[in-house]
Amino acid sequence: MESAIVGQAVPRKEGREKVTGRARYVDDLRFPGMLQGATVRSSCPHGKISKITFDPRIRWDEFTIVTAKDIPGENCVSLLVNDQPYLAEGVVNHPEEAILLLAHPDKYLVEEARRSVSIEYEPLPPVFTLDDSLDRKEVIWGEDNVLKAYLVEKGNVDEVWTRADLVVEGEYRTGAQEQLYIENNGVIAVANPQDGVTIWGSLQCPYYVQKALMFLFGLAPEKVRVVQAETGGGFGGKEEYPSVIAGHAALLAWKSGIPVKMVYDRAEDMAATTKRHPSRTRHRTAVTKDGKLLGMEIDFVIDGGAYTTLSPVVLSRGTIHAAGPYFCSNVRIRSCAVASNTPPQGAFRGFGAPQSVFALERHMDHVARAIGLAPEEFRRRNFIQPGETTATGQVIHENVNMNHLLERALMLSDYHAKTERYARENHGSSIKRGMGFAAFFHGAGFTGSGEEHLASVVELEATPEGIVRVMAASTEIGQGTNTVFSQIAADALGLGFDRIEIVPPDTSRVPNSGPTVASRTCMIVGKLVESAAHGLKQTLIASGLLKQGYSAADFERACRAYVKKRGPLKSTSRYQPPPGIHWDDAKYQGDAYGAYAWAVYVADVSVDLVTYEVQVKDFVALQEVGKVLHPVLAAGQIEGGVAQGIGFALYENVVWNNGRMSNGQLTNYIIPTAVDVPPIRAFFEEQPYPYGPSGAKGIGELPLDGTAPAIVNAIENATGVCIRQVPVTPEVLMEALGVAEEVGKRA
Amino acid sequence: MPESVQKIAITCVVNGEKKTFRAYPMARLLDVLRDELALTGTKEGCGEGECGACTVLLDGELVNSCLVPVMQAQKSEITTIEGIASGKQLHAVQQAFIDCGGAQCGICTPGMVMSAVNLLERIPSPSEEEIRTGLAGNLCRCTGYVKIFEAVVRACQAMEGKA
Repeated sequence: MESAIVGQAVPRKEGREKVTGRARYVDDLRFPGMLQGATVRSSCPHGKISKITFDPRIRWDEFTIVTAKDIPGENCVSLLVNDQPYLAEGVVNHPEEAILLLAHPDKYLVEEARRSVSIEYEPLPPVFTLDDSLDRKEVIWGEDNVLKAYLVEKGNVDEVWTRADLVVEGEYRTGAQEQLYIENNGVIAVANPQDGVTIWGSLQCPYYVQKALMFLFGLAPEKVRVVQAETGGGFGGKEEYPSVIAGHAALLAWKSGIPVKMVYDRAEDMAATTKRHPSRTRHRTAVTKDGKLLGMEIDFVIDGGAYTTLSPVVLSRGTIHAAGPYFCSNVRIRSCAVASNTPPQGAFRGFGAPQSVFALERHMDHVARAIGLAPEEFRRRNFIQPGETTATGQVIHENVNMNHLLERALMLSDYHAKTERYARENHGSSIKRGMGFAAFFHGAGFTGSGEEHLASVVELEATPEGIVRVMAASTEIGQGTNTVFSQIAADALGLGFDRIEIVPPDTSRVPNSGPTVASRTCMIVGKLVESAAHGLKQTLIASGLLKQGYSAADFERACRAYVKKRGPLKSTSRYQPPPGIHWDDAKYQGDAYGAYAWAVYVADVSVDLVTYEVQVKDFVALQEVGKVLHPVLAAGQIEGGVAQGIGFALYENVVWNNGRMSNGQLTNYIIPTAVDVPPIRAFFEEQPYPYGPSGAKGIGELPLDGTAPAIVNAIENATGVCIRQVPVTPEVLMEALGVAEEVGKRA
Repeated sequence: MPESVQKIAITCVVNGEKKTFRAYPMARLLDVLRDELALTGTKEGCGEGECGACTVLLDGELVNSCLVPVMQAQKSEITTIEGIASGKQLHAVQQAFIDCGGAQCGICTPGMVMSAVNLLERIPSPSEEEIRTGLAGNLCRCTGYVKIFEAVVRACQAMEGKA
């Protein structure tokens, strides 16, 4: 038997291809005679299409042109609510909405042609902000602009206000954020009525794309094949959007009978695809004078853009995380997602939680200050303990100890000594230093009964050579799926890491193991890999061909003999919920997630009062994520997530102009570079989770939740100025400091 | 391309091999490398010289190939990611990227490796500050750069060990 591979930093499975440039991304693939596709988009945020003109200087007979009339099936992107058309018919509801599609062999000519279609509109009144949408300034979606609403009730929050020693209110906002995978969205489609549709694409969820194309073309599942190419980052931005671009390319391929490549350039990707939902959160919190939470009333609103996409589920996660890892007997969370005439927002790592956690962890600092407690002391008095219930009434059975995590994170960051020193040294300096932290949790897997509905499946097959192939729809998007699945299967079978092969996700070859989202790949699908591997081993042992304590050579001999005698050697595993999990979707009560990751992050910042720039000088990220399967990949998830969180906190500002992103370039949409990131120090505590593979829990989204509030808490610690929004650009800081000065003068 | 513009013959040495091909003079070196020479290891991330995914060496200098008209490559010597390993033997930087977890999704990796190789050629033992500045033209969205810095240090140690 091989020694344990889980827990070791084995080399990334596809690492060699990636460092040599041999890994094949979708834009690296080509088919003979392939056409290049382009999308003609709306320049109007809301209006009726009155006229479409094709410039006569273009030889249009050379082009394939697709409009809504060419759609063989349903003109809707099938997801949760089928309100989004593939191609606008009559009305446009946001800038950059697709209206018609073009294809031509020459990518320069197709671009010129795209610019030679002019569209006229009869404008309709638009709504651009969450506030205007809530106020129903115009009704642009349904009866009230509300895409989805939730209400979570625990205890009776209405009774606490009169008996509270103090009530603290606050409003917090977060801006849109672009996923900014370095590889833009792209697909290649081959489609015709005889064979159906095949897609090669940069994507996270092959079966989402398959379902959407079945609706679009009116085809059976076996007629729609979706293959994932190597994917250059996703972060949620390739969760639901690939269904759109795949549909567009497939429509052009269907009509022309020729393969069509459609790869966005950066400007189109940033302007037209989904982003993190902008949010507004209002907190009203009742506390006793000794710092115990009596009641929390939270009002959480996100802007979903013009169509529903995944907004209901983003809202759900944001709602459930809104009250955080604290125990409070009386909680009410009202939340809603509203529509606006901007491109639809969608999935982005953290999925609603970074917004509501930002608000909560800023607010907790404010409440602490209001009652005269240190922020860490106030949290200590309110952290949830094993046996207590969350806002949805979930009893925490995990052996969590947030006090310990907090204490250790503060020690690792030298929080107390630095806070004291900065307070002393900041006097008279134009560079102000400050420390801040955030305490938070993140649920892994689909919310509530989601995993039961998904009913994910993984299959393993052993070849006669004793190679074990893992067949799952979970995609490798950089996070390490291939490597971690190989480790899990190798350990479960007692084989070497190199004896495991990952079959590239392809709906014609792998079962539906659900989407690659929600920090579920390792914990949920990895567990299925482990179970299927145990099943494979049991089959061989039960057949008498293999005995416990076998060697790799014994395993190979047994596989060869089995396949010869009985045919293919396969093992399948289907998701079973852990025992005792109950969720009430109507009341939004119960066990929201099977397991949570728990964390405390600490930021050390410097604020330059001359340039208004903020720099993060040091960052400590401590988390309890169950068993760490691969120390380098796990740290890589945290470090990368913290860097994205720094961007969310300080730099990444989507500037909206009439519903359109007006800074859709890397020149003026700023993400952290190698000179901007601090030392990001990731630390792990491991409490094995019995229902995860080798005890692992989810990890991928967690770092986006706590980074921004830790940084903004540190900015307040440095400057004394209260900022309730992100990103804290120099302009925001200048204004806040200016207002503080004005107030100071008047006082 | 306007009809008056004609393709011209370009001769250059790419990864040690002499290449002659015809291209529009203002075609992006990036497109020519990918489409004409099938060297798809060089990636496009932004098309405006911000992200560094298309980094190659042109006569020993780091360039963003999305900003270089191919006529500037006439009679030049170009090295792309495909020319960094010696046969099956990876360059120390490539090996260190694998060992340290410097590559996640891999799309920035070719450009990042080019910049790291160039950095270590210019400064064999860079300080942390020099590593950060040396890689400042290459954006990565996955790693937070921490493991990339570690990889450069590891490569540097491996190369010193050999020397």
